[in-house]
Amino acid sequence: MIILPLPHILIFSLLLFAIGVYGALVRRNIIGILISIELMLNAANINLIAFSKYTSLAPETGQIFALFVIAIAATAAAVGLAIVLALYRVRKTVQADEVHLLKW
Amino acid sequence: MPILELAAKFGTYAVMAAILVFALGVVTLRNLFHCALCLAAALIGTAVIYVVLQAEYLAAIQVLLYVGAVVTLVIFAIMLTEHLAGKTVRQNNSQSLPAIAGLLGFVSLLTVLILKTPWPVTPTALKAKVSVMGLGKALMGTYVFPFEVISIVLIAALIGTVVIAKKDPV
Repeated sequence: MIILPLPHILIFSLLLFAIGVYGALVRRNIIGILISIELMLNAANINLIAFSKYTSLAPETGQIFALFVIAIAATAAAVGLAIVLALYRVRKTVQADEVHLLKW
Repeated sequence: MPILELAAKFGTYAVMAAILVFALGVVTLRNLFHCALCLAAALIGTAVIYVVLQAEYLAAIQVLLYVGAVVTLVIFAIMLTEHLAGKTVRQNNSQSLPAIAGLLGFVSLLTVLILKTPWPVTPTALKAKVSVMGLGKALMGTYVFPFEVISIVLIAALIGTVVIAKKDPV
């Protein structure tokens, strides 16, 4: 059984989260933004499981929360990509800054 | 035995580094299809991290649900929306430098916080083993209400996805 120090795992997931935020901020393609959001949710999951492994007194809790996060991420991806497809059918673009109908 | 343990430790660090490299690929590559493949690789690496943290059930769910379902969905969406003609489209907006600056501040602040916090790492929690049976019992006992709510959310998302994505509006 290998035990990495908890701060190493936390810093790793922090870096993963930061990369995801960067992608969500910088990407123009809406699908790219959705992929970056999946990365961020993944980093949060790593944190949940690490905490449930290292500190929790009820060790199932963190894993169950991670399960719920995975389920919500799947629904978010499905609904988001459906919206992207509907948008592409109407506007013929998937670039986030070209969808400015509600902007002046 | 110490050599094996050391090898496992360095292997884990190598997997972490690989995940970060693939994640960078996800946010920087120009071809969106390559991004989706990098995302799949990063998610599989995360499953390896779950195994290291002794959450084997979560690792299986990760591979099944993320790599199996979500990445397939993303690749579908990319195939349906990308112009297959090879014209190059600018993939990033012009917020790159402010984003990097802000995130550097965020990361350094949180790193200091993580290193300074005295985490209550308890030996009893380190010894505890989560079985699939325990997970199921918790899901059917303590967490039965969120479990039911999430099934409603799933069915709503299913119907909503079909309604949004089908061809002619109702």
